[in-house]
Amino acid sequence: MPRFWVVGEANVDGSIAKISTEVATLARSLAADAGAPDDIAGIVVAADPARAARELAAFVPRVLAVADPTAEGHAWAVPTAESVAAIVNEDADGIALIGAGPDGRDVAGTLAALTGRGVLANAVGVRWDGRLVVEMSAFGGKLVTSSGFTGPGGIVTIRPNMVTAEPLGSAGEVVDHAPAAEPTLPRVIVRESVAEAGAAVPIEEARIIVSGGRGIGGPDGFELVRDLASELGGAVGATRAAVDSGWIPYSQQIGQTGKIVKPQLYLALGISGAIQHKVGMQTAETIIAVNRDPDAPISEFADLLVVGDLFEVGRALLVALRGRSG
Amino acid sequence: MHIVVLTKPVPDPAAAAERLGPDLRLDRAASPAVVNGNDEYALEAALKLMEAHGGEVTILTMAPPNATDTMRKALAMGATRGVLVTDPALAGSCVRSTDEVLAAALRELTYDLVFSGFDTSDGNAGVVGAAIAARLRLPYLSNAAKIEPDPEAGVVRVRRITATGYDLLEAPMPALVVCTQVLGEPRYPSLKGIMAARSKEIATRSVADLGLEGAVGGAVATTAVLDSQKPASRGATRVVRGTAEDGAREIVELLESRRIV
Repeated sequence: MPRFWVVGEANVDGSIAKISTEVATLARSLAADAGAPDDIAGIVVAADPARAARELAAFVPRVLAVADPTAEGHAWAVPTAESVAAIVNEDADGIALIGAGPDGRDVAGTLAALTGRGVLANAVGVRWDGRLVVEMSAFGGKLVTSSGFTGPGGIVTIRPNMVTAEPLGSAGEVVDHAPAAEPTLPRVIVRESVAEAGAAVPIEEARIIVSGGRGIGGPDGFELVRDLASELGGAVGATRAAVDSGWIPYSQQIGQTGKIVKPQLYLALGISGAIQHKVGMQTAETIIAVNRDPDAPISEFADLLVVGDLFEVGRALLVALRGRSG
Repeated sequence: MHIVVLTKPVPDPAAAAERLGPDLRLDRAASPAVVNGNDEYALEAALKLMEAHGGEVTILTMAPPNATDTMRKALAMGATRGVLVTDPALAGSCVRSTDEVLAAALRELTYDLVFSGFDTSDGNAGVVGAAIAARLRLPYLSNAAKIEPDPEAGVVRVRRITATGYDLLEAPMPALVVCTQVLGEPRYPSLKGIMAARSKEIATRSVADLGLEGAVGGAVATTAVLDSQKPASRGATRVVRGTAEDGAREIVELLESRRIV
């Protein structure tokens, strides 16, 4: 059995989630560095896994497609973890890699209990150095720790945007695989799935994020944030203060109690950069801040700080960007 | 309605004094401890349900002995009693030990619901709730934005936040629910609550009490920190003052030079 297992997550439309293609790309390089480039496979569990499995096979040489009827109409993580556990448990040294989003966490936790394997969560770097070495950000980003498993196998959850997904030269094969023989864990019924307007690209996957904080002043102020995000082809983010004020939904919150993001560009408008927010965005490649206060904490970790009124600078930026594209 | 809330003392993130000890474990003496922020949302949700349905709220903590200080704060908010699992052998515990210990402690309690926070600000893993649910074969309802127990029907309904909206979940009780901030701001302890908390019971359990001697703790951890480094420096911040147009031009130039636009 392969050493490295990529647990694939499907989007609502049945396509493979972007994070799973990144995890697959990363797992491929680990397998290569471990001297066993073919020692890797994907697993997709769904009522109808065909599309996600086929799409994941563009990134790994083999994908097990597990058709589990209980994965529909029930919370997905538990049936998924049961099938993954049955597969991974066939070898003691199997390592399961999963995206670090809310669904991936649920799978990882359930899988940990079912397999007794250790978990290293929210990896910001993973390498093979005679053993698996997992880098994680600790203490609000003050430290990066390197950790390993004390036993042969393990479970790792991977933060989005750690690597750029790269497909294989020629697509891998999809193999049908039976779900775990007997469900032992209770299924949770999904009575209804509701789609909310505006929840387009998950913010963790966005390449560019334009984010607003307390300085935005109200829900109307987010119009400018949205305009800039749309002009840059990015997503809208927010601080907890803006979310708690009801200006924007919780799904867009970045920071300690919200999402952890790693975009190419983080444009922070009216955000002071307190530690609770910083932990969610400090690994962005480029951080640009617009703030009235030149001494705000964000002045210590932004690449560029424009001191001024965020609405004036934001509108001028919108004009400048539109001038460029037009 | 009896709810057990998992709470953990963590180094106060606002104090920003966290550090690793020479054994590469978190030096818990280096920072003032507070109740993990996400656990306070879970506790608040439990207290509101207790007020609506009657019953009790027990807080369950695995931590060093001085955790009773932060547990008193949770009791001052209104929790009925506390259970502290504490044992020198638990220092350096991994995720597996943590969920095994908490699951064993829960086996000694009766409850309709177990609440956990979304994650902890020190470990951030956010996987212990799912692992406990699996060990105890409890229905697992995560990412909750709304929790509605129906004691007559014996079920709990949860609005679970998803990537595109939300799911309405339903499961029989007892069940484990992972709470989010959307459930509402935690209350401040009242003076009366603080006074009352002083005499509330905090029962303690050791690893031996739970029948887990040799099976859990730092000595049998499934993971280990190998080393730690300071993250790569981001470099100096360029600060621009002037007109809004100057600022906008600087931003565009940086975006162009880094090929972002």
